[in-house]
Amino acid sequence: MYELSGIRKVFADGSVALDGISLTVGGGEHVAFIGPSGAGKTTLVRLLNLTLRPTAGTLVFEGQDVSALSDAALRRARTRIGTIYQQQNLVGRLRVVHNVLAGNLGRWSALAAAASLVRPRSAGQAASALEQVGIPEKLYARTDELSGGQQQRVAIARVLVQDPDVILADEPVSSVDPSLAVTIVSLLRELSHERRKTLLVNLHSVELALHYFPRVVGIRDGRVRFDLAPEKVSGELLAELYAGHRDEEQALERFQDGKNPFGGACRPLPGFGA
Amino acid sequence: MARIPSAAPADRFPASARRSRFPYLFTAVFAASVLYSLRAAQVDPRRFFEGDALANVARFVRGALPPELSREFLGLMLRPALETVQISVMGTAIAVLLGIPLGLLATSSLMWRGVLHERWSRAGRFLLGFVPYALARAVLSVFRSIPEYVWAFMFVRAVGLGPFPGVLAIGVAYGGMLGKVYSEILENVNPRPLETLHAAGASRLGVVLYGLVPQALPTVVAYTLYRWECAIRASAILGFVGAGGLGQQIELSMRMFQFNEVLTLLAVLFVLVAAVDFASARIRARLA
Repeated sequence: MYELSGIRKVFADGSVALDGISLTVGGGEHVAFIGPSGAGKTTLVRLLNLTLRPTAGTLVFEGQDVSALSDAALRRARTRIGTIYQQQNLVGRLRVVHNVLAGNLGRWSALAAAASLVRPRSAGQAASALEQVGIPEKLYARTDELSGGQQQRVAIARVLVQDPDVILADEPVSSVDPSLAVTIVSLLRELSHERRKTLLVNLHSVELALHYFPRVVGIRDGRVRFDLAPEKVSGELLAELYAGHRDEEQALERFQDGKNPFGGACRPLPGFGA
Repeated sequence: MARIPSAAPADRFPASARRSRFPYLFTAVFAASVLYSLRAAQVDPRRFFEGDALANVARFVRGALPPELSREFLGLMLRPALETVQISVMGTAIAVLLGIPLGLLATSSLMWRGVLHERWSRAGRFLLGFVPYALARAVLSVFRSIPEYVWAFMFVRAVGLGPFPGVLAIGVAYGGMLGKVYSEILENVNPRPLETLHAAGASRLGVVLYGLVPQALPTVVAYTLYRWECAIRASAILGFVGAGGLGQQIELSMRMFQFNEVLTLLAVLFVLVAAVDFASARIRARLA
């Protein structure tokens, strides 16, 4: 699915976000990325969804070197990657149905897209996507009237409509409360499992990553520090990963004290370890 | 694992407890410029009491009272009043038609800056993005820096007397203002939804339709309505250079020292402006 080798990303202001990332992700894999804030996780997502170009190194998506793609081919490739952001990725003034159907924009002609804003083209499709994320009654609600968790579900419904091969999520639960975080992460996991999609998630929460993902990648200072199954991620590795980041170290301590706020709220899916 | 020592108070409230000096500096500069302008603009209320200034004012007021309310005069004014409204509506319509394309071209986030252009080469970004952007901004500046009064003066020479030069003058001058403000509204929408759509493979037009337009529309409509209110007032002024409407009647009556007619005309103008104010406020309230 993805082959990254020696990826570097230096921004215009000279800051180095990624500093030699090499990584291979197979089709259908579920991977969690963890690491302190500023480690480069968000930049990595923006590279993986092909909106940013690496400064150096090669990024291969589905066997094709991304830097060699034409604009049209790049757009086609992007339609196969769905991204869920931390927050604020929906247009609040639009009705939910339009935000969900925006998942079709990679397929629709401009004319069809414009017409759909007047009269939704496939309201049934939007309705069934909302059904799957558990808020079917919100189809014609205005999006900014929804709670943060509901908006995150709308974002997931949009990705379902887009029907990509890869789902990327950049801290999808950092703005919702812990119990909802578990629900949303499990929802993402179940939906991608059912449809055999690759799922790559940035997580602020080590607990969620270790509990719900069969492969955990630790990133710090733009480099991969470890790439392991969760049971092999030791306390020392985590301490090293977050060293010097006070808030996260404290959260880690709480976790290691055995006060895991998520407990065993969700049973692992078949084929996903422990 | 070692316990993290809790942060010392000095650590938790870092940096500037000290206030910025800017507000004081700004207030001082502002006060100085007001004082200077007071002198430079020759503001001097005493001049009201010199010579026959007050007598002139009194003559004007006495001449204006009572306002001319004969049925004949009011009947005659109906057409110019309607014409004023028509000039403002058509002028604003032309301004919107000019302002939308120029405003889009003058929007840096659409033309050359930001996530939509990540892959463009430096030369491509300059030629296809920055050059048309800069041209559009220059055209908009010229349109709006020439006062509508001057535009009307020129258009009267070009297309003759009547409402049409007034329409053109408002269209061009307000087109410049609308385009500038549209581009600022578009640049200030939340960029995250745009990036999301872009990342999912939406075309540029798709991003504009589903991300940019719905976010910008209420502000764009509200500002356009506000400009329409201004256009009513402006179209009255434009009559003074022969561009039809109530302004032309006011100018005629003033030249003939018929101040009672002037008062009536001003009252009609007031009613028009108030009506437009009311209508646009209602529409804006519905949009918010």
